[in-house]
Amino acid sequence: MAFTPPKETNTGKVYSVTMGTGDKAVTIGGENVLPFHGFEGVVPNKPVIAFDVMDIAPVDWPDTVREIYAGVSDDPVTWAKFCVEKFNAKAICLRLAGTHPDNGNRSAAEAAETVKKVLDAVSVPLIILGSNHVEKDTEVLVKTAEVAKGRNCVIGKAQEANYKTVAAAAMAHDHLLIAMSELDINLSKQLNIMITQLGFNKEKIIIDPMCSALGYGLEYTYTVMERIRLAALTQNDVTMQQPIVGDVGMYVWKIKEVSASEDTLPMWGALKERGIGWEAQTATALLMSGAELLIMRHPEAVAAVEAFINEMM
Amino acid sequence: MALTGVEIFKMLPKTNCKKCGFPTCLAFAMQLAQRKASLDACPDVSEDAKQKLGEASAPPIRPITIGAGARAVKVGEETVLFRHEKKFVNPSILAITIKDTDGDDAAAAKISECLTSEIDRVGQKLKIDALCLVNESNDAGKFDALAKAVASKAPDVAVILSTENVDAAKAAIANFAGKKPLLYGATEANAEEMAKLAKASGASLGIKADGLDALSTLSDKVKGLGVEDIVLDSGAKTAKEMVEHNTYIRRAVLKKGNKSLGYPVINIAVREDNMLETLIAGLSIAKYAAVVVLSSAEKWKNLVMFTLRQNIYTDPQVPMQVEQKVYEIGSPKAESPLIVTTNFSLTYFIVAGEIENSKVPTWLAIMDCEGLSVLTAWAAGKFTASKIAAFIKDSGVEGKIANKELIIPGYVAILSGALEEKLEGWKITVGPREANALPSYLKSRTA
Ligand code: B12
Ligand code: SF4
Repeated sequence: MAFTPPKETNTGKVYSVTMGTGDKAVTIGGENVLPFHGFEGVVPNKPVIAFDVMDIAPVDWPDTVREIYAGVSDDPVTWAKFCVEKFNAKAICLRLAGTHPDNGNRSAAEAAETVKKVLDAVSVPLIILGSNHVEKDTEVLVKTAEVAKGRNCVIGKAQEANYKTVAAAAMAHDHLLIAMSELDINLSKQLNIMITQLGFNKEKIIIDPMCSALGYGLEYTYTVMERIRLAALTQNDVTMQQPIVGDVGMYVWKIKEVSASEDTLPMWGALKERGIGWEAQTATALLMSGAELLIMRHPEAVAAVEAFINEMM
Repeated sequence: MALTGVEIFKMLPKTNCKKCGFPTCLAFAMQLAQRKASLDACPDVSEDAKQKLGEASAPPIRPITIGAGARAVKVGEETVLFRHEKKFVNPSILAITIKDTDGDDAAAAKISECLTSEIDRVGQKLKIDALCLVNESNDAGKFDALAKAVASKAPDVAVILSTENVDAAKAAIANFAGKKPLLYGATEANAEEMAKLAKASGASLGIKADGLDALSTLSDKVKGLGVEDIVLDSGAKTAKEMVEHNTYIRRAVLKKGNKSLGYPVINIAVREDNMLETLIAGLSIAKYAAVVVLSSAEKWKNLVMFTLRQNIYTDPQVPMQVEQKVYEIGSPKAESPLIVTTNFSLTYFIVAGEIENSKVPTWLAIMDCEGLSVLTAWAAGKFTASKIAAFIKDSGVEGKIANKELIIPGYVAILSGALEEKLEGWKITVGPREANALPSYLKSRTA
């Protein structure tokens, strides 16, 4: 019997969002179908992976990923350039972890200085993240958004507790904004609505529904992302049509599976591949459920995910 | 298409004898229509009705068992496209290939890789489910030799026989009598003979075609030849084709009532690059393949794939949980510390793991909170002072320990006052918030 493909076309579409400026700018989103469903609609852009760089040395990263950045990771400028030059990073995520009160408590001015130097050194798009301390982030992100004006950066993360200030800063200096909520589609939708009610352009938001690592709640992130996408496409819900980010590396490189040695846990096999596989598998699962932007740490995991994307598109 | 309750009722004996456990035949029919009862419960239903109802009540994706005995695996029976709708039913099975050109040593190594692959994760035993023997040589004798080696060294493991050569298939399949192998190799060209062989040996039949049109035709053909247990290979090679074909098949069957393709799907994830192969296997697991064929099963790769499969196949409504009881981590004694937390498997797994890391023997009291994490359970009113107190009292742990001291998770520090009131004579100690602080915390207490 002849087979009729049950194509599904959607009324909704994901906004396409361009990050950065000049010839290194990248665009994500724009599709009107579920992830990698180019067979029944348009998927104009490939997902993009940003390399995670911090303003402090990555002392709490496991050796297998830390040693790759040995010699460059004590300076964010050198580190960022290294990622671009050596690994062909399409974007950089500068995580201002050192501004956290428990982690050095660097001032907003210092953070702004760092951002400026990194922007001078690399021309790929920059994601600027605070330390995930809701109060301190407001100060830090306000200052850094200002010095980054004109570079169309991604600022984050705006959360329920601080979104007004963070969104205002992004808006004042023409940046994009990451809106983060905690693994709940309704909270995510609500935050997007509140941010747009401030006058923020809904097409300049990127959704972070909160990441989780493989084996550590990945199913929750996977399903929330999938539901956000379905709402955007099938229900044409304009408050859920933003691209989605998966902040993968941060969640993956702190769990036991990426650091326990083979000697202590022989059943788990080779540590190096296990860590790379863990980060890459977490990332691809999230790509399949809806993410268009990923933040990752291990260059070999990034390369594997890029190979996966190439085979998918 | 599914029948309505009334349509089913018309075919029942209409005696209202209640032997099925329902008050009337109609009530039973309604339950059947909703798939909440099984037709077997009515002893008096006619053979004719049984056949008609059986066809109508069959799951849209046919369940198929590969292998026999303790390591038999079941695939199919899926009912949804997205996991938030309903739990995915039968986890994809993972199979590693052995080619009949690999040589004896390589084959032996692969067999042992499969046999030793079992890992316990969050209370579930996960493993490589099957061996896929590939007739790379296209020689019947070589394929038979490999089949013999596998049948003797791994007699319980489910087997997939991959060949389009009928003679080779015949020779190999004879080694698996009564073991329900998957004969993977019926094509347009050899369908008649393969169908005959599958039927004669009680094997399920994997059918291969180029594209979904040809696959539908071939499926109808082998079904017409009397084969019921079919596994589909659409010829998808790249990840792109796999998503497209797997999605179309699942959708056509579940949403359009397509009968030709209502069977489990097999995907070949084998790639030159092992890391990419791992990710392609992940794609097959998440996007609807029932059988995933791999080139190898290194331990690191298994852990990654098993964990993904476990995540994708957990029930979205019921978090994975562990049994409520006082666990002994590292032979605790009367003086050892006592910790309480919830029975969310992830919480248990992380906390138990960190206690192990500390090397401090500890009593770990796991309380049934319907599988919720500490803060979620607290917010949902399931991890409250009075419930914890009742649990500790009932657990009998009091008789095992010397000091009545209970360590609670740092995130619920707020409970300590109320707990001290409810648990008279006990000292309540607030532990750190994050479990990764437990090793230094426990060590410093004993120092
Ligand atoms: C996933 C999730 C859910 C899932 C449930 C998952 C599950 N199985 O529990 C769902 C979607 C069902 C859910 C529902 C709800 N949730 Co909820 N949920 C979360 C989320 C995002 C993650 C929870 C999780 O899985 N944590 C991982 C586990 C491993 O953590 P854990 O059990 O706490 O264990 C850690 C530590 O506590 C420590 N630890 C554990 N035991 C012990 C013991 C000792 C001695 C020590 C030292 C340490 C220790 O070790 C672990 C690792 O460090 C959190 C937010 C967050 N980021 O934490 C919110 C959160 C817990 N939920 C919250 C709420 C309010 C709810 C709801 C009431 C409403 C809602 N917002 O949806 C419902 C209630 C559910 C119900 N049945 O009524 C709030 C709680 C707020 C509060 N402080 O009271 C949170 C914090 C989100 C928020 N900020 O609003 N939730
Ligand atoms: S057992 Fe059969 S005949 Fe008797 S009430 Fe139930 S359905 Fe009717």
